[in-house]
Amino acid sequence: MSNFFKETDIDTSQAEAIVTETLKNCDDGELYLENHKSESIVLDDNKIKSSTYNSDQGYGFRAVTGEVVAYSHSNDISKESLRKSSDNLKDTLKSKKGTYNHEIPKTNNKYYKNINPIESKTFDSKIDLLNSVNNYLRSKGSIVNQVTANFLGEHKSIEIIRSDNQVLKDDRPLVRFNVSVVLEKDGKKETGVYGVGGRQSYDDYLKDGSWKDVCDEAFRIANVNLESKPAPAGEMKVVLGPGWPAILIHEAIGHGLEGDFNRKKTSAFHNLMGQQVASEGVTIVDDGTLHQRRGSLTIDDEGTPTENTVLIENGILKNYMQDRLNARLMGTKSTGSGRRESYKHVVLPRMRNTMMLSGKYSQDEMISSVDKGIFAVSFGGGQVDITSGKFVFNCTEAYEINNGKIGSPIKGATLIGDGPSILKEVSLVGNDMKLDPGIGTCGKAGQGVPVGVAQPSILINKMTVGGTKL
Amino acid sequence: MIRDQEFLKDIASYCIENSKKLGATDVGVKVIHSVSENVSFRNKKLDESNRADSFAVSLTTYIEKKKSSINSSDLSKSNLEKLIERCIDATKITPSDENNSLPDKDLMSKEIRDLNLYDETHYPNDKKIEFLKNIEETASTDEKIVNTEAGFTENKNNFILANSNGFLGGYKTSNFSSSCVAVSRINGAMERDYEFGSTRFLQDMMKPEEIGKIAADKAIKKLGPKKIKSEKIGVIFDKRISKGILSTLASAISASAIARGTSFLKDQINSEVFPNSINIIDDPKIEKGLGSQNFDSEGVETNSLKLVENGILKNYLIDTYYGKKLNLKSNGRSGGTTNLHFENGTLSFKDLLNSEKKFLYITETIGHGGNIITGDYSVGASGFMVEDGELTYPISEITIAGNFKEMFKNITLANDLEMKYSTNAPTLLINQMTVAGK
Repeated sequence: MSNFFKETDIDTSQAEAIVTETLKNCDDGELYLENHKSESIVLDDNKIKSSTYNSDQGYGFRAVTGEVVAYSHSNDISKESLRKSSDNLKDTLKSKKGTYNHEIPKTNNKYYKNINPIESKTFDSKIDLLNSVNNYLRSKGSIVNQVTANFLGEHKSIEIIRSDNQVLKDDRPLVRFNVSVVLEKDGKKETGVYGVGGRQSYDDYLKDGSWKDVCDEAFRIANVNLESKPAPAGEMKVVLGPGWPAILIHEAIGHGLEGDFNRKKTSAFHNLMGQQVASEGVTIVDDGTLHQRRGSLTIDDEGTPTENTVLIENGILKNYMQDRLNARLMGTKSTGSGRRESYKHVVLPRMRNTMMLSGKYSQDEMISSVDKGIFAVSFGGGQVDITSGKFVFNCTEAYEINNGKIGSPIKGATLIGDGPSILKEVSLVGNDMKLDPGIGTCGKAGQGVPVGVAQPSILINKMTVGGTKL
Repeated sequence: MIRDQEFLKDIASYCIENSKKLGATDVGVKVIHSVSENVSFRNKKLDESNRADSFAVSLTTYIEKKKSSINSSDLSKSNLEKLIERCIDATKITPSDENNSLPDKDLMSKEIRDLNLYDETHYPNDKKIEFLKNIEETASTDEKIVNTEAGFTENKNNFILANSNGFLGGYKTSNFSSSCVAVSRINGAMERDYEFGSTRFLQDMMKPEEIGKIAADKAIKKLGPKKIKSEKIGVIFDKRISKGILSTLASAISASAIARGTSFLKDQINSEVFPNSINIIDDPKIEKGLGSQNFDSEGVETNSLKLVENGILKNYLIDTYYGKKLNLKSNGRSGGTTNLHFENGTLSFKDLLNSEKKFLYITETIGHGGNIITGDYSVGASGFMVEDGELTYPISEITIAGNFKEMFKNITLANDLEMKYSTNAPTLLINQMTVAGK
């Protein structure tokens, strides 16, 4: 737990006084303090390419009245700096008058332990493991052209001081371990990438040789791609595998169900509440309460406890994801989805762990029902245009399906679809829901936050596959 | 206010001296201060006002050929002392790499030219608000526009870069940027488009009315898009996205991708990569340029570089570390390109549109479908159909795909190059790409 006012010319009660005075005519706001330590150690091209340690601390002071957000942030936690920020906020909102909303629910739940993953594994042992990864992969033969592996670890302490002297705190560990391998065969090069992570220590993911599983998976993907043929172009049936392919859900409908876009009526979903937006049997939730998951939070970045928010239940749109500002303006309550990348950023409603729940079909049933289509197993990333609803995601491992049988692997291709209609094209929902391995970062308005996704296998009736083969 | 050079120099010197005291044989350090003020409007009302005051120090210490780095936003000497110690401790136990070193002394920048990168004008918030009101006023004149957002950001930066070989340099830069996003609607379906301006000097900023009008016009033109059939067709890239071709080239010819063997252009130096009419230049010394710089992120002098001459790849983008791996000298591209652009083409925009009966004109791509290792490319796209030289109807929910190696060889440039971003390209045509639609 950080003491933010140690070694400064200000103490907690003085800071609280400034907060209360600044926000007295506002609807909402807080002083958000953050201490963030992170490390990155990278092995590349047979060498430890870099080892970096970052230490960042600062505050973001926010005042909200009506729809207007005034924000000021600085690294300098001092009386003068806070006063300057306070003047700034008051000046922006001088013509407005609001009533402070004191209500922040309490929680005793905790979804991760307060450990610092950077310190819980020695530097030497991290270097040793990176070298072991390199040796292990290169021992698989001369087709291994390049190996990159890295540790990314962080510990973030936050403190939120609200107008009524209410203080909320959270300590968040987060790690990620990635392996990328490039294979070369007959002049052709392909990459395979895999990673694991979450809100625990590195060893929880890597112990007992499980780091070898990460290497094997990266190697397997690259190896499959060495045999890949050009991908088809055009509309066809698509079977998505379980787990990480749920970035389809994240892009196609997740972003469109964030409160801000719906309050502003710029989301393709803004007038669809209570309506059927997906096939019957499709249920999607956004859950911040899964233990140790990458997208989980005990409290969000406004201090609201997170929850399991039902977005779509049996095909019907039930809820948006809300932060305090958008919830207030839409006459509802925060779903604990208010997040920010750091003290340098304003709060936005964001996803946590977005999941489509299991149905009753097996993956085999789906594949055998397809005459001509593709089976997509692994993905790079995706993007969405909220307003038109069009979204894409990039396959990194996919196969042809011909007459109900899985055929040759195909080259990476972009798949494009329309968010509000794609879920109506989901004709079978699998019984094999799986969480992703804990590697996702979601970008919105220039802010990156860790998220998770999950889904079972699904069969989509019609989607455009962006290959080169007509 | 932005802190002066003396203040930043003092921190940089402290870091170098203390690192050396604790056993560093070489040290590199960068200290930055930036102040940023942003105001945004939505539907003609104030939405957000944001002020940022940020410090950053990045330190790399070397013990012979061992290297480690730290970054921090806390410039207090007590904090720096702890972090330097941590950095040295990590350096000691990091394995050596024979290519780790500071840049060669004779490559370092010797004098700092004033490239006109700093405008001290402060544009007060009430002026920004006036500017934004004008943007939105113009953007919302047509009733098909149902939502507008506009923003204005003013940035002031100062930095010092120093190393233990005696290099010390830095200067102030400024940036003013403004944008408008407009949402149009017809029959319940919406489209979004934008316009954006970014300049070093306030006086060079586009007029607010212009920003608003362009955003609104573009959003309206996109309404009612169709999905087309899959086919092979010539694709014209609007200037907003044609520059992406240059960013791809830059990634593929970075010394790191070449040295690691992970570029589709590996072994292509001095080979024909583009048609022979094409020249590509990276010029760091353009006055007021958004990508202009005196030296790169290691302090190495940067000069204008012809990357592609008459279609032939002439230079990689080289930093010190990967330069040593490739046995080449740094050409001041640690941190990437500066003001990267195609030399202007010869065909007018109109003639380009008329050069075939039918084209696809792409104004926006989504997704990250470029693979630098294989050169494979596949992205989501939207734009217009061009028939007999005219934009006939909007198109969306399609993908365009190809391979950069062939795409590069099939480029035709228009002559409408503008220096609007740090990377700039004219409108360009790529023949025979695969479009996937219905």
